[in-house]
Amino acid sequence: MGLLKSYRLRLERKRWRMRAVRKRRQLAPVKNRTDQIAKSDIIVFCTLRNEVVRLPYFLKYYRELGVDHFVFVDNGSDDGTTDYLSAQPDVSVFGTHHSYKRSRFGVDWINWLLRKYGHQHWCLVLDVDEFLVYPFSDTRPIKALTDWLDASSVKSFGTMLLDMYPKGPIDSVKYEAGNDPFEHVHWFDSGNYTIQKNERYGNLWIQGGPRARAFFADKPERAPALNKVPLVRWDRSYAYVSSSHMLLPRGLNLVYDEWGGEKTSGCLLHAKFLDTFTSKSEEELKRKEHFANSHEYKAYHSGLVEDPDLWCKWSEKYINWRQLEILGLMSKGNWA
Amino acid sequence: MSVGFVMLVHDALDRAAQVARHWSEHGKPIVIHVDKRVDGPAFEYFKGKLADLDNVRFSERHACEWGNWSIVAATQSACELMLDAFTEVRHVYLSSGSCMPLRPVEEIQTYLDERPRTDFIESVTTDEVDWTVGGLDQERFTLRFPFSWKRQRRLFDHYVDLQRRLKLARRIPDGVTPHLGSQWWCLTRQTLSAILEDPRRAEFDRYFRRVWIPDESYFQTLSRLYSTQIESRSLTLSKFDFQGKPHVFYDDHLQLLRRSDCFVARKIWPRAERLYREFLVPASRALVMAEPNPLKIDRLFSRATERRTRGRAGLYMQGRFPNEGWENGKTSGRYSVFEGFTDLFEDFEAWIARRTGNRVHGHLFAEDQVHFAGGDAVYNGALSDSAQLREYSPQAFMTNLIWNTRGEHQCFQFGPADDQKVSEFLATDRNAQISIISGAWAIPLFHSNQNFSDLRKVAAHLQRIETAHLDLLRMGKTKARVRIWSLAEFIENPMENLQAILDEIGGIGQRRLSEVPVMADLSGFGQFLQNLKNQGMSPHLMGDFPLNQDSPEKPQGGRPYLVK
Repeated sequence: MGLLKSYRLRLERKRWRMRAVRKRRQLAPVKNRTDQIAKSDIIVFCTLRNEVVRLPYFLKYYRELGVDHFVFVDNGSDDGTTDYLSAQPDVSVFGTHHSYKRSRFGVDWINWLLRKYGHQHWCLVLDVDEFLVYPFSDTRPIKALTDWLDASSVKSFGTMLLDMYPKGPIDSVKYEAGNDPFEHVHWFDSGNYTIQKNERYGNLWIQGGPRARAFFADKPERAPALNKVPLVRWDRSYAYVSSSHMLLPRGLNLVYDEWGGEKTSGCLLHAKFLDTFTSKSEEELKRKEHFANSHEYKAYHSGLVEDPDLWCKWSEKYINWRQLEILGLMSKGNWA
Repeated sequence: MSVGFVMLVHDALDRAAQVARHWSEHGKPIVIHVDKRVDGPAFEYFKGKLADLDNVRFSERHACEWGNWSIVAATQSACELMLDAFTEVRHVYLSSGSCMPLRPVEEIQTYLDERPRTDFIESVTTDEVDWTVGGLDQERFTLRFPFSWKRQRRLFDHYVDLQRRLKLARRIPDGVTPHLGSQWWCLTRQTLSAILEDPRRAEFDRYFRRVWIPDESYFQTLSRLYSTQIESRSLTLSKFDFQGKPHVFYDDHLQLLRRSDCFVARKIWPRAERLYREFLVPASRALVMAEPNPLKIDRLFSRATERRTRGRAGLYMQGRFPNEGWENGKTSGRYSVFEGFTDLFEDFEAWIARRTGNRVHGHLFAEDQVHFAGGDAVYNGALSDSAQLREYSPQAFMTNLIWNTRGEHQCFQFGPADDQKVSEFLATDRNAQISIISGAWAIPLFHSNQNFSDLRKVAAHLQRIETAHLDLLRMGKTKARVRIWSLAEFIENPMENLQAILDEIGGIGQRRLSEVPVMADLSGFGQFLQNLKNQGMSPHLMGDFPLNQDSPEKPQGGRPYLVK
């Protein structure tokens, strides 16, 4: 990487950080418990809107993994999300009614909160429908992973977003608050992903899966990105560039090995396709607050009206992380 | 006579205290060195936790840094205290705060009592080790290392480089042969005191002060001077990964650790509740006199290193995206590509599927869609038959297909009418077996009912593409196994050629061919080619066909051709 390019990226990072500082005014604390955060705590950061149904299981899942504190940005919920979150003992909530889109889909808000509360912590940046699975996640808490990453001088942990879907129409099974979404929504595509390298930021750009297969077969380049770097030992000089897909400095995006080996990596199980999805995509279509003029939601919406079944006979049923490891969707690397 | 434990502690003090208490309550003396960088209150708290134990001592504290002399200095003072304070000690066992005993203390004691003169210390000459970090082995002893490897890496590297270039070398003290080995040893009082009371100790210490990672060489080298019986292995199970960082044990290693029969293991993750609970209980079983056998654990860790350094061939994912040339196999298994065969033979796909028992696809790279075996719309791994998705990354399509069908052998058809983007990938993949009958695409044209001028255009177009494809396959960087016949060549001896292909694929059908596919009717094909020539096109890929004459080998009426 040339000096000039590296300097440009530095300026760009500065710009994102300035932007985050500016956007901090849009955030008002609803319930600030960040003084509870202790030195080596692991913190989840998440932006959401009207997710009261999903929250109980989300919090339970990450508490069991060993997350110590949650920081939420509540973007104008009106379904009780705000009250529910404020009542949780390990949650801080910041509210805003400003545009999600103009905050670059929440990235500016999250960058600010990371800078303020995430410095020198292992931070997980997630959506409320993303569930982290890493090697040995059934027997080792997330602290074991971060301790090991620390000992290996690794500062970021790469994952792929794995879309999970039910067998049959998406709205065939009703999701109740507190349930494990993967009780019914437990099918995934195991081997139809494409990878390109983003030379500018050094990250991989992964696409594919059921969404590409069912909704983007005629325009695969618009299929959503599945590469994510959600777990980072944060420093206030870092900044996410676009969602949790990539960040700066670019070294943090190099979560893959280029010399034939495999780096330890995980999956974010994506419980997007619950029965709440159809109404959600209708709402998002109207709000036009999502990526690329809600292009994705348009595609889903028309796809869902025509043929709501993502399942096919080669769909794989989720069992555990070992299965994902064998299928090549994640790797233990040299963590044994 | 007893074994005494020297513990070097720098973090996870609670766990260290727990282990110290365990040993102490089993009547074994302990000397603990606590890193000077542990702050005062933490140290006092730690000391307080062990205050009720009269066989625990704390030695003079040094500030320890990895890879440098301070660790040896700490070990020396702790050992001196041990030998002075506890005269009944015969073996001194060096351990760390993240060590954990896997077997009852009585078993270690019995084991050592049976070997009263043996020193257990891994100690090998520099010629015999291949595990050193940073490629420094003999140079550890001949260069100087004033800079910290962890904090001042750049200075460290530059200074090493400078000394190499100036050919600077230190003199190794007389009579000393450098040895390396695990930091965790168990020495007899005789050997240990001989090292510590050596009249030349000042000289040795001065020398080792500037050796790199002296904790892996000081005692390992000097014990060679005094010991009467060295067992060159460590009683502590401690494995290092490819970066030279110790592997850590977690709760899920419980069974593995139990079955290893090792006495002590490190490092244990401080929060591995279950391990500490299970192993730090009073001896609950009859004593076992098994030899330590860490084979299974060795295998686990060497597999992990393999996964990290070589990875799985043909896999591309968020943790593995090799640069060109570093894939160690672009795809995960062998596969066969047939070009022109379905044009020449009427039922080639079904035939080869029967002969080999493999999955045989049609034209995977056809322009309209992906023609999977059996006309499936989705295939293994939920690969879609959409041509657009495939063309978005033909390479990923190929690697996915082969990865998804690991353990099977895929066969598919390819030709100049297909999308050609994948060509270069196929050519440079060592796993591809490509068989080509060049010019065979002219046969369907010959049989088709189109205007001749249109045929000519199509023929010229296909010939141009196939020529480029063949040129690519003949290039130096081609790694695929390639066989090229012109159509005329192939039909001279089709049986033998098909047999050669089948032999290469393997599988069932190892017998000689008894059934062959039906060949297309080629009577008049020579004239067809001549007509193309007359129209100004030059069909050259088919080879030489005699005008107005059936090819010599061509069976009458398209009957199957049998070989006995």
